[in-house]
Amino acid sequence: MSGLPILSILILLPLFGAVWVLFAGGSEEGRADNARWTALIVTLAELAIGVALWLGFDSSTAAFQYVEKRDLFAPWFSWHLGIDGIALMLIILSVFLMPLCILASWTSIQKRVPEYMAAFLLMETLMLGVFAAKDLFLFYLFFEGGLIPMYLIIGIWGGARRIYASYKFFLYTLLGSVLMLLAMLYMVSVAHTTDIAALTAYDFAPEVQTWLWLAFFASFAVKMPMWPVHTWLPDAHVEAPTAGSVILAGVLLKLGGYGFVRFALPMFPEGSAQFLPLIFGLSVVAVIYTSLVALVQTDMKKLIAYSSVAHMAFVTAGLFVFNRQGIEGGIMMMLSHGVISGALFLCVGVVYDRLHTRDIARYGGLANTMPRYALFFMVFTMASVGLPATSGFVSEFLVLIGTYQISTWLGADMTMGIILGAGYMLWLYRRVIFGVGVHADAAAMPDLSLREAGILLAAAIPVFWMGIYPASFLNPLHAPVGAILARIERAAPPPVVVTAPRAKVQPTR
Amino acid sequence: MNPTFASIQTAAPELALTVGALLTLMIGVFRGDRSLVPLTWVCVLILGIAGVAAVTGAPGEAFGGLYVADAYSAYFKVLIFGGAAVSALLALPYLAKTETGRFEYPVLLLLSALGMGMMVSAHDLLSLYVGLELQSLAAYVLASFNRNEARSSEAGLKYFILGALASGILLYGISLVYGFAGSTSFVALGSSLHGATGHEIGVLVGLVFILAGLMFKVSAVPFHMWTPDVYEGAPTPVTAFFASAPKAAAMGLLVRVCVEAFGGLTFDWRQIVSVVAIASMLLGAAGAIGQTNIKRLLAYSSINNVGFALIGLAAATPDGVAGVLFYMAVYLVMTLGSFLCVLQMRDAEGRPVETLASLNGLSRSRKGLAAALAAFMFSLAGIPPLLGFWPKFAVFTAAMEERLYLLAVVGVVASVIGAYYYLRVVKSLYFDEPAPAFAASNSRVNAALIGVAALFCSPLGMLAITPMVAAARAAAAALF
Repeated sequence: MSGLPILSILILLPLFGAVWVLFAGGSEEGRADNARWTALIVTLAELAIGVALWLGFDSSTAAFQYVEKRDLFAPWFSWHLGIDGIALMLIILSVFLMPLCILASWTSIQKRVPEYMAAFLLMETLMLGVFAAKDLFLFYLFFEGGLIPMYLIIGIWGGARRIYASYKFFLYTLLGSVLMLLAMLYMVSVAHTTDIAALTAYDFAPEVQTWLWLAFFASFAVKMPMWPVHTWLPDAHVEAPTAGSVILAGVLLKLGGYGFVRFALPMFPEGSAQFLPLIFGLSVVAVIYTSLVALVQTDMKKLIAYSSVAHMAFVTAGLFVFNRQGIEGGIMMMLSHGVISGALFLCVGVVYDRLHTRDIARYGGLANTMPRYALFFMVFTMASVGLPATSGFVSEFLVLIGTYQISTWLGADMTMGIILGAGYMLWLYRRVIFGVGVHADAAAMPDLSLREAGILLAAAIPVFWMGIYPASFLNPLHAPVGAILARIERAAPPPVVVTAPRAKVQPTR
Repeated sequence: MNPTFASIQTAAPELALTVGALLTLMIGVFRGDRSLVPLTWVCVLILGIAGVAAVTGAPGEAFGGLYVADAYSAYFKVLIFGGAAVSALLALPYLAKTETGRFEYPVLLLLSALGMGMMVSAHDLLSLYVGLELQSLAAYVLASFNRNEARSSEAGLKYFILGALASGILLYGISLVYGFAGSTSFVALGSSLHGATGHEIGVLVGLVFILAGLMFKVSAVPFHMWTPDVYEGAPTPVTAFFASAPKAAAMGLLVRVCVEAFGGLTFDWRQIVSVVAIASMLLGAAGAIGQTNIKRLLAYSSINNVGFALIGLAAATPDGVAGVLFYMAVYLVMTLGSFLCVLQMRDAEGRPVETLASLNGLSRSRKGLAAALAAFMFSLAGIPPLLGFWPKFAVFTAAMEERLYLLAVVGVVASVIGAYYYLRVVKSLYFDEPAPAFAASNSRVNAALIGVAALFCSPLGMLAITPMVAAARAAAAALF
């Protein structure tokens, strides 16, 4: 590995971009153009760095790579970066979605463009920081810092109830995070290190693990979001601008899942095992209840937001089944959902830009007037439903394999969620795309522009890639997931005793 | 060397301030109010000299153990003199605009700074009282400096009456402690109370009275009632001063009294400090929610912040005290920065406005000012990566290490409640439709001060963590 601090560059580049965008002089129009182009160039450069990271990554080891350490903030914490396969994949997801967000806001955001682009670049810095941090408090700093730009994005550029939504988003997630902070302070006071790898190897007393796990759970469950603390999500999604929704669904929700897999699971195996009924219970409720809620929504964004909650329940169920298929399936689900829900929000954004309403009943019969749009929307709908050859299928299938090994009932309930998911997504598609267009203004909408088609095409590529050749994405995950499994083995619940085809249920790896 | 001469040398910072105050007073008397601007700069210079003297001076006791110079007092003196100097500078545009530009302002600041220097260097309950009173008397006058305005006079009167009551309680406590413990010297008290079993109930009662008097000065609940009224009524630059240097000095005094003089009774005062901390954090957070006046809001914010700082004192460890010290340093900058922004709030005719609603949409008309104020608010709310998060981090760490879980849990819950009203200010700045624009500011000094403070609170300020924590730890080590 060369001495280039590539992760620092990855994290700090958008920050410099944001400063440049904010302080560049010129006319209002010139500043806006400067902001758009700077943001696009910076995010594309980030994508290039991300790809370079992926190409240079050694998938055979669970160790952290590209490690950098500087004692800038002694005695409390240090600038300590490093990524393993799980972090790498989430970084790739983030840097992939950011240029799409910038392009999606190219014309739809007209007020305060420099501030908007700066907020997004800042967001990128903080998200990448979360995934690349190898120091506990550095992680917390990035994790919590993300609240500020997102608060501003929802509050300034959001819809009618933006202020209510921004408060709810901020205070909800802050309350979760501060409890986690206390747990972190306790951990450091006991283990005398802030290094995440060292803390993962440290054995906390099982009775303490209960409390630590609950504190981390409070933070990640809100971020995830899990039922019943999901209520901030539909509000935030509905009021956020399109690109804000994409980032929220695509990356911010993944912070919770990443937290579970990085902290809650390997650091507190006994604590995790103790709360399995809670996790599974909440996941099942979320899958079935929020799917039913999604069915009755009349607002497109709200429907997709509730479907996000249901899909995230797959992630939590998968991560906590204590076997390889479940954990890898959960992580794949995060990646897949990140792209698919991001793309679905982009699809909503396309028609919202034209008609300025998200009411499903205001659309209909778009297949006649917007055939290209109908095609892309169908691809992402099918991927969300989990059709084979799409990323949704691979991840849902892995999670189901994982859950069946631990409990048949859990697996069965999760399958119910897939059926309901197909129900609300297909019904949404039917109401928006098919039928006869009764609204003249909806029928008069022009089809996708070249820019919009390009964005959606770019989003469709990973959906099929993950669906047809998931090995590219699974390979980097094998080693770190193996390390987690080795760590949590001692607390693993006994696998379910299946009587008939026993040979087939044995895990292959 | 002659002991008197040696004592004077040890107390060089206070000496510089005394001479400076008398000198500026003389000049002012002869030259009149038109000398306000040069006198302010002279005052800043004198405070700078005193600060340098405090840092470079040799540690030691003076005046027969009444006064002590150590790393702890030096740390606080830098904060206090710095805060006082900024308070002198930020007042200039205000004094020029509101026809209250009398030369006494910098002189009173110097006298107050002298009292504060004595407070953090006090090594005896009596020198403590003298320093406290000197500081307070100057502050009472400053509060009613805008004497043509009823609100300002009311603030001064209220502050004076309640402050006198608090001083009386404090003195009564001192007399009780002297009666039952037999000394007023911190050193003697520290050794006689150390390891004593079955404490005299009289000493405990005296301790409670002393703490009540000191809690009044740091405006901790339940001795906080004066704070919102005085903050609102006093002229804004004076409020900025009250919220910064005297608060740091009183906190420094409180910590020294608790740790040095009553270190043997840690178990007893920890209960008091814990209850006061919890009450301050919660009431400070909840009380601010309904406020519509930005100065009252900042008053509750200061009550809230004092509660957080007291967590570090409740821990009663070197790390906890270092946390308090670090807290006060960062808080000083954040609060001075916030008040500097408040000072910029003037309507088209140049009259000061103080309502939250007048901040609406400031991000359209004054981008830089809005961004700076937003940074202070997020920083006061303790959201990382802004610097304001780290003092809270420091005191919470100390509390966790001492297993004071209740304090830590209440603390984080209060910080979430408190986040709401800081967010409300940011909402006004960024989300709302613009209110009438403020008059343009022409003070470069104030603009520069705001810029420096905002940079310090920004994530860039985290680079200052290492040196500041090292200094705070060295200062705290002087007490143990």
